[in-house]
Amino acid sequence: MENTVLKVENFSAYFGDNKILKEINLTVTKNIVAALMGPSGCGKTTLIRCINRMHELIPGAKVSGEIYLNDHDIYGMEPIVLRRMVGMVFQKPNPFPTMSIYENVIAGYKLNGIRRPKDEFDGIVEQSLKKAALWSEVKDVLHRKGTFLSGGQQQRLCIARALAMNPEILLLDEPTSALDPKSTSQIEELFVELKQNVTMLLVTHNIAQAARVSDFTAFIYLGELVEFGPTEKMFTVPKDKRTEEYLTGKFG
Amino acid sequence: MLEQEKITELKKELIAFGTLAETMIAKSIRGLLKKEKATLREIIEEREPEANAFEIKIEELCVSVIAQYQPMAKELRTVLMIFKMASDIERIGDHAVNIAESALFLMDKQPVKPLIDIPRMADETTKSVDDAIMAFINEDALQAKNVCERDDIIDGLQVQIFRELTTFMTSDPTTIERALHLIRIASNLERIADLATNISEDVIFMVEGRVIKHHREEGSNP
Amino acid sequence: MQGHIRIRLVKDTAFKGLICVLAFASLLPLFLILYYITKSGISVINWGFLLNLPRPIGETGGGISSAIVGTIMLIVLSGIISVPFGIATGIYLSENKEGKLSNTVRLCVIVLQGTPSIVIGIIAYVWVVAPLRTFSALSGGVALSIMMLPVIIKTTEETLKLIPYHLKEASLALGVPYYKTILKVILPSGLSGITTGILLSIARITGETAPLLFTAFGNQFMNINIFKPIDSLPYRIFYYAMSPYPEWHTFAWGASFILVVFTLAFNLIARGISAKWKIQF
Repeated sequence: MENTVLKVENFSAYFGDNKILKEINLTVTKNIVAALMGPSGCGKTTLIRCINRMHELIPGAKVSGEIYLNDHDIYGMEPIVLRRMVGMVFQKPNPFPTMSIYENVIAGYKLNGIRRPKDEFDGIVEQSLKKAALWSEVKDVLHRKGTFLSGGQQQRLCIARALAMNPEILLLDEPTSALDPKSTSQIEELFVELKQNVTMLLVTHNIAQAARVSDFTAFIYLGELVEFGPTEKMFTVPKDKRTEEYLTGKFG
Repeated sequence: MLEQEKITELKKELIAFGTLAETMIAKSIRGLLKKEKATLREIIEEREPEANAFEIKIEELCVSVIAQYQPMAKELRTVLMIFKMASDIERIGDHAVNIAESALFLMDKQPVKPLIDIPRMADETTKSVDDAIMAFINEDALQAKNVCERDDIIDGLQVQIFRELTTFMTSDPTTIERALHLIRIASNLERIADLATNISEDVIFMVEGRVIKHHREEGSNP
Repeated sequence: MQGHIRIRLVKDTAFKGLICVLAFASLLPLFLILYYITKSGISVINWGFLLNLPRPIGETGGGISSAIVGTIMLIVLSGIISVPFGIATGIYLSENKEGKLSNTVRLCVIVLQGTPSIVIGIIAYVWVVAPLRTFSALSGGVALSIMMLPVIIKTTEETLKLIPYHLKEASLALGVPYYKTILKVILPSGLSGITTGILLSIARITGETAPLLFTAFGNQFMNINIFKPIDSLPYRIFYYAMSPYPEWHTFAWGASFILVVFTLAFNLIARGISAKWKIQF
């Protein structure tokens, strides 16, 4: 399908003998926010780290099955190439402390040795910071170090850094769990605008956030994809009993 | 904010629904007075299914908003009251349909008497419904309170119509069938006014958090 | 009740007092040394002393310029050798926290740190002086670099360990290859700690004498050829102090004073850099 960005087929992941993900099948379409929710340890973080092959960095990690990003088999390419096509934002904001805000945004280019003329970089920085709703706050202090910003601003900087590479899909691993409520709601509003530009896969342990922000939700439990569907339906008429129990707080 | 946008959308839907109901009342009375068959048919065949669809849509939207956004305080009251008001407005529509049906029956029959009180009652009822919806749009508790207080006037009119037509029926049994339809129309108008009162009570709860239903002010008739 | 409490308060104060006295007492030797060196050596310090070459006894106006230049050259030489190896080993150890090789390396570092400096001097003699058939600055540099290694390796490893993993993750997630992540993201973040480690190790070897005895050997003439013997402050102090001439004894105090100033300076600069460049995570 032309509209599919990500296709996960019969995908399993192991750490040593531990089977963390069990035969996951998932299709994500373009320009939506898809939330992955589930209790701690269910495998949702492992899943998104498989999508940009970061889980491989842990010794003893194995996978089986396929993942296709825009019809490219991600295991048929170099991890470095894949990671430049997939943006990732982490739980704890992690701007590079030795670089200025400007340098942080284009870090993906600079660190990879990709050269561009200066005004092109200027344009990329402005566009990315605007998309991350941070431009107006930092446009006069681009030369200052990124670590001087507040938590919410740092996280938006990390989002801008990921967006600057024009990724096919943006992976977000509990991006607001380390932030205060005001920054959290600012970033949630950002998602709604951002999805016009890029598809987003959001891992969250906050059920209400998944309900507020996403178009589609996946419920993962003990490594299995229990249910995946439009958010409105998931939260009003879930199909699986386990989903219902999770939503009503019986576990997790 | 996403939540705000969804609630605004919900309000707009309810206002549109209210407007539809008002149209149905107006057309049914016009159809009665001007003997317009097509208008009355339109209410029964097209507007009624539309009203049912509106009610379902608004209810589903309310459920989603609560599930997805967990609104609090005034927003919670707003969503809950909109859910309730949708049901009331749908019943208003049903009563308008009843009026249209009776009007269709009376269409080609001899009038029992010149229609004076029924149009008057219809005016008062229409005003109540309109005021109730305006009170919702403007979040005006005072205006809503007025609607509740005027309900007695409309009740009084209904009693009057009932008494008058009863006299006709006892003196001339051939008028019974027609008179009964006229009484039916008056009863439906009275029920519409009651529903407008319900809506107003819901508006007051939405705005102030006060429950005034099942509670009579001192000095009014029980 | 009152008496009970009173005794405890007295014990409390006595304990605090004892700690203060002992702390002060341990600083006493340092102050005494500094005082004595300054008192004995400051009289000799003047521009002539600093800029002139040593002169034979009987002549006035001798100086220690050869020693100062020699010490600087030895620092540079040993730095050139030890810094790359030390940082690389530190990186290896911080990236491989477990494993036979890294544990073995750590053990070796500890052993090396505890090796007497004179033994290291002898090793350098066997490796460099014997094949070249001459004492040389190079051999002195080799000896001193071996002594610098453990400190640089340890501080590099500790500094890099403190850098949070999520910084590396951020870089890797951008598709940056591993080696570039280390060179361009991790190392710059740890620069403050690593530089401090280098400066501290320099401060340590500035005053080492024993290894220089059979390697750099000492030279009363100015020399910048690394394949020839070279003078150094510790050697000059040793030479003057062992001589029978009282004037040279004073010179020894003067040179000691300069040496202490050097060492103090490096330590203070190290602290300053550590504070100023430190990156908060």
